[in-house]
Amino acid sequence: MLESIWFVLWGVLWAVYFMLDGFDLGIGTLMPFLAKNETDKRLMYHSMGPYWNGNEVWLITAGGVTFAAFPATYAVMFSGLYSALMLILFALILRGVANEFRDKVDSPRWRGIWDACLFIGSFAPALLLGVAFANIFQGIPIDQAGVFQGNLFSLLNPYGLMGGVFFLLLFTVHGAVWLALKTEGDLHHRAATLAAKLWMALVVVAVAFLVCTWFYTRLYDNYLRNPFLFMVPIVVIPFLVVGALFMLRVYMARGHWWKTWFASSALIVGVTLFGVAGLYPNLLPSSLNPAYSMTIFNSASSPLTLKIMLGVALTLVPIIIVYQSWVYHFFKDKVRAADLAHEEGY
Amino acid sequence: MDVLMLSRLQFAAATIFHFLFVPLTLGLSILIAIMETRYVRTGDEEYKNMAKFWGKIFLINFAIGVVTGITLEFQFGTNWSRYSTYVGDIFGSLLAIEATLAFFLESTFIAVWAFGWNKLSPRAHAVSIWLVAIASNLSALWILIANSWMQHPVGFTIRNGRAELTDFLAVVTQPFAWHTIVHTLSAAYILSGFFVMSICAYHLLRKQHITFFTKSFRMGLSLALIFSVVEIVQGHMHGAEVAKVQPVKLAAMESLWETTAAAPQYLFLIPDEANERNSVSIGGIPGALSMLAYHTPDATVKGLKDFPKEERPPVTLSFLSFRVMVALGFLFLLLTVVGWFKRNKLVESPGYLKIMLYAVPLPYLAAEAGWTLAEVGRQPWVVYGIMKTSDAVSPIASSQVLISLIAFIGIYSLLGAAAFYLIISHALKGPQVEAVAAS
Repeated sequence: MLESIWFVLWGVLWAVYFMLDGFDLGIGTLMPFLAKNETDKRLMYHSMGPYWNGNEVWLITAGGVTFAAFPATYAVMFSGLYSALMLILFALILRGVANEFRDKVDSPRWRGIWDACLFIGSFAPALLLGVAFANIFQGIPIDQAGVFQGNLFSLLNPYGLMGGVFFLLLFTVHGAVWLALKTEGDLHHRAATLAAKLWMALVVVAVAFLVCTWFYTRLYDNYLRNPFLFMVPIVVIPFLVVGALFMLRVYMARGHWWKTWFASSALIVGVTLFGVAGLYPNLLPSSLNPAYSMTIFNSASSPLTLKIMLGVALTLVPIIIVYQSWVYHFFKDKVRAADLAHEEGY
Repeated sequence: MDVLMLSRLQFAAATIFHFLFVPLTLGLSILIAIMETRYVRTGDEEYKNMAKFWGKIFLINFAIGVVTGITLEFQFGTNWSRYSTYVGDIFGSLLAIEATLAFFLESTFIAVWAFGWNKLSPRAHAVSIWLVAIASNLSALWILIANSWMQHPVGFTIRNGRAELTDFLAVVTQPFAWHTIVHTLSAAYILSGFFVMSICAYHLLRKQHITFFTKSFRMGLSLALIFSVVEIVQGHMHGAEVAKVQPVKLAAMESLWETTAAAPQYLFLIPDEANERNSVSIGGIPGALSMLAYHTPDATVKGLKDFPKEERPPVTLSFLSFRVMVALGFLFLLLTVVGWFKRNKLVESPGYLKIMLYAVPLPYLAAEAGWTLAEVGRQPWVVYGIMKTSDAVSPIASSQVLISLIAFIGIYSLLGAAAFYLIISHALKGPQVEAVAAS
């Protein structure tokens, strides 16, 4: 039971991470395509300035919780996906430092370097997180001893790459929508137009991904086998995936940008939960032999640790949600070019 | 090189680099919080300007500290997967608590502080930097509890082929952890004080912004002086704790080969590791080592030869890092005591200011030496007495680690250079230029 509760929390943490950091990564990826001048760039940086750092902590927490609750899975997953994970980490370093350093020196060359770092540091994690999760849904070649029998290139299989493109589209739509709600004038219109275009691509890839999931993964088998789990696709797919995808476009057309952003968030959460719930009780299925899979049962921490950590999580996570929500609310106003000069932030 | 050595090098490089930025975050956040509190209390704009000036430096430093901390957390999984599986039940939960309790708070409110100058009331703005200061120190506290568990594992049992938690309170309250916490935080505050004093000294030597930098200097001085005293008193107690729980580390850091009653402390000594002896040992104070370690002059101190050769840490490195750390600790006390007597005539003491200007690398060196002693002195164990470092490494290809190690060194060098450049150029510009830029 404790293991299952932690499984749910684990899935939720990843979903929240993708939902929050997704828009920053999306904005960073779109920067070279959306920003026409220095002011646009500053507005884009500024639109995520107060948030990206707090958002990234959800990744640290998702990692930390994997370590605390399922240490053996943490060990196999992170060592197995070594190269992909290192690339994500280096990229996130560049992204973070770009945000902080870019405006500290008044030189176009200096800013150009950090703009490039922001793009790489946003694009690469968006793509690679998708590749990694698609591979987890599909199963990765781990042997009986939990040793990874593939390499970086074996992760770049068709389904893995499709997952990467899917995440990239999810995050860029999410980022374009965020930008549309945080800006006004020309940049707002360009972001809105791009969001609508990307949405069409997203629909195509989302459908293709859900269909391919049938062929490449055992997620649906798992759902069909387990009557309780069967509720997940029945609820999640129509409401959180199809419904959110649809409402996203509806709100967008009406210019309700906050609602659009919440629909986009629901979509990201829905996709993550759909995939993660389908794994249950696996955390990391083995593609070599299902018996080698890392499950919540063979990799969980002791009941004492799980209990203590549950107490910690149930106390602190609501508090975190309260103060992070306050921060989102506090900085909810649109960023304007006129404000940039006064700001101390970056 | 094999995967073990490469992984050790990578972890060492990542930790050493990370800890170049952490101590300043811990101490400077408190100083800025005090500056802003004074601004709120007195309404004196100069304190606000001080908070802004030091705050910019803080943000540059903080950014690197954060991003390099993330890679450390994940390296336990990528490079030390066997370690993670074996001790994750305890160690993993401490890291997860650190993230949820402290890191969230720190990362969220640093942004509120940085972006909230014009949006928040001065009081609320001061609260946000206090939250950052408290959260970053809390974060250090949990990480140090985790590290102390590796130094002196308690509250666990070996079950199901791994270490399982049996007593959470024992892990959190063990004296070794609290010694480490006080020791490391004091070092961070000393470093922050010296950092601030160094930049102040630069401007005071040029006789610019005299009140601004005199006030800042005195704040840095007070912090460094108080904690230099704490560090020496507590460092002695910390050493005695090491003697109790890690006798082989004590023997290595003192380069004591034979088990000796009434062991002397040598003023000058050169270890000869190959021949298991000291090639030079001059100025022995009889019984001093026994006195320091066990508080009685005739106590018996265990020598390295009493431990199997494969369970001894590298002696020369442990010995040297210990001596460097201790010598610098006393130097910091001397410099800050001198500073205390000169605190009202700083501008008239160019000699002292010059020393303080160039003294800034020393607390960094001392902090890194301290960590070198703590970590190298624990070898060959990753968790003292229960797991060897060689059993902890991931079963991965050494080529992968070689590539990531090169990438680490490359990226970190560039980041370090960029941060160094930004901090120096901002520090040397001084506050006046900033006011012009903002208007």
